[in-house]
Amino acid sequence: MSEVKGTGRVKRGMAEMLKGGVIMDVVNAEQAKIAEDAGAVAVMALERVPADIRAQGGVSRMSDPDMIEKIKATVSIPVMAKARIGHFTEARVLESLGVDYIDESEVLTPADYENHIDKWDFTVPFVCGATNLGEALRRINEGAAMIRSKGEAGTGDVSNAVTHMRKIGGEIRRLSSMREDELYVAAKEMQAPFELVKEVAQSGKLPVVLFTAGGIATPADAAMMMHLGADGVFIGSGIFKSGDPARRAAACVKATTFYDDAKVIADASRGLGDAMVGINVADIPVPHRLAERGW
Amino acid sequence: MSLTFQFLIVWQSAAGNFLPNLPLRIGVLALQGDVREHLVALRDCGVEAIPVRRASEIESIDALVIPGGESTTIAHLAATFDVFDLVQNRIKNGMPAYGSCAGMILLADRVLDATADQKTFGGLDITVRRNAFGRQVDSFEVDIDMAGLHERMRAVFIRAPWVEDIGPSVDVLASVVSSTGIPHAVAVRAGVLLATSFHPELTADSGIHRYFVEEVCKGVVSIR
Repeated sequence: MSEVKGTGRVKRGMAEMLKGGVIMDVVNAEQAKIAEDAGAVAVMALERVPADIRAQGGVSRMSDPDMIEKIKATVSIPVMAKARIGHFTEARVLESLGVDYIDESEVLTPADYENHIDKWDFTVPFVCGATNLGEALRRINEGAAMIRSKGEAGTGDVSNAVTHMRKIGGEIRRLSSMREDELYVAAKEMQAPFELVKEVAQSGKLPVVLFTAGGIATPADAAMMMHLGADGVFIGSGIFKSGDPARRAAACVKATTFYDDAKVIADASRGLGDAMVGINVADIPVPHRLAERGW
Repeated sequence: MSLTFQFLIVWQSAAGNFLPNLPLRIGVLALQGDVREHLVALRDCGVEAIPVRRASEIESIDALVIPGGESTTIAHLAATFDVFDLVQNRIKNGMPAYGSCAGMILLADRVLDATADQKTFGGLDITVRRNAFGRQVDSFEVDIDMAGLHERMRAVFIRAPWVEDIGPSVDVLASVVSSTGIPHAVAVRAGVLLATSFHPELTADSGIHRYFVEEVCKGVVSIR
C-alpha cells in the first residue's frame, strides 16, 4: 500500500482535469478572484502579462514568491507559475512554493539557449509551448506533462495560435497515414524520438493534453481554437488588458464550453466593452517574436 | 404530462417483467473535465454513453456520470446554462449518478474548504473536504481495496478530496490512510449514488464503471 507521488499518470492526469477549461493570466490576488468567479479552471500567476512584458522590454523572470503565495491563499483552483526556459532553479523554487503546474515559458527571457529543464526530475508537472509536432515531442521527451501551442503572446492577434495548432494537428494526421517503416525518417526530420513518433502515429493524438495559447482575446477566438483541436485555452493579456475583465473572462469560459454553438458564442460576445488593443504579429520584427524562443 | 407519455410509462413498467429492458443510456456531464476518459470506460462496459450539456440531453439519460475537473467551474457552467436545477432534481428523483473527484464534491450535501458561494447538486449525505490530500505536488497513486468488489486496484488521486463525515444511509467502500495516520473514506455509496475521490477513468481498469453500470444501476428501467 505504498503511495507514489509525481508519477507520469498523476502529472498528465492533472492536465486531463483541466480539459474544456480556460486558464487565465493574473498578476495579483484580486485578478485571481475575478478569474475564479468567472469559471477559470486555473490561474497563471505572473508579474507582468505578456502585453506589458512586450511594451516595457527588459529581462523577464519568475514572479515574486510573495505574490504567488497571496494568489494561492486567495483561490481554491490550481495555481500555475512560469519559469524561464532552462532555469531549473526557478523551477525548484516554484515547486517548493507548492504551485500546481510550472510553465517553462518563452514569454520570460530564456536562461539557457541550448537546454530545456529536465522535467522528469521534478514532482511538480510542467507545461511547455510548441509551434510544431517535433518541438512538442522534444518537450514531452524531457518530461513535459502538458503542451500548449505557443501562438504569439501579448499581441491579441490569434493568427499564430491558428498556425501552430493547424501545424501540430496536420503533422499528427500525416504521421497517422504513414507506413510504419516510414516513421524512422519522419522522426529524423521532425527531430523527435522515434518511440514518441510511433505512439502518435498509432493513437492519432499527442500522449498529453494539448492546450492553445498566444493571442486569444475574444470568445470567438477561444471557440475557434477549440474547433481546431485544442483541449482548452490559455488567455494571457486578453482578459485583464480589456475594458471589462470580469465579463470577458466569463464570456470566454462560456464560449470554450459551447464552442460548437454559434448562438451561445454570439450571446457571450455581446456588450463586452473594448477588447485589448493588440498588435499585428506581422508588424513585430522576427527577433522580437516570443514564439521563436525554444529549441 | 401527455396521455401518450403516461401510457408509455404504464406500459413500460408493466412490460418490464417479461420484456428485456432497453440498454441504459448513461450521460457524462460535459461542461468541463475529463469527459472523454469516462465515455471510454463506460463504453467498455457495453452501455450507450453520451456527453450531455443541454437540458434536452440531460432529460434523455437514465444515469449520469460527473467527471473529474474543477468543481467550481462545473457548478458555475451548470448555473450559467440553466441546467443546475435540472441535474439536481433528476438526482433527487432517483436518477443513478456516479462522481469522481470533482464529481464527488458535486454530489456531496456538504463541502468543506469550498469557495464562499460554492453550490453542489447534492444527494449524497456526506461531508467532503476539497483538496484534502493537498496540492498537485502531493497528488499520488496507490493500491486500494474496494469492499466486496475489487481487491488491490490502482487508484489515482489528483488534488483529491476525502469524505470527512457520512450520514447513516451511506456505506464506505474504500479508505486511504492520510499522512497523519488517520483513515479517510475515498469511495462511498448510498443507494443509486456512488462517488470516489480518485479517478478510475485514468487507468485501464474499468471495474468501478462496471460496478456502477451493473450493480448501482441494477433494476433501473430505461426512461426511453
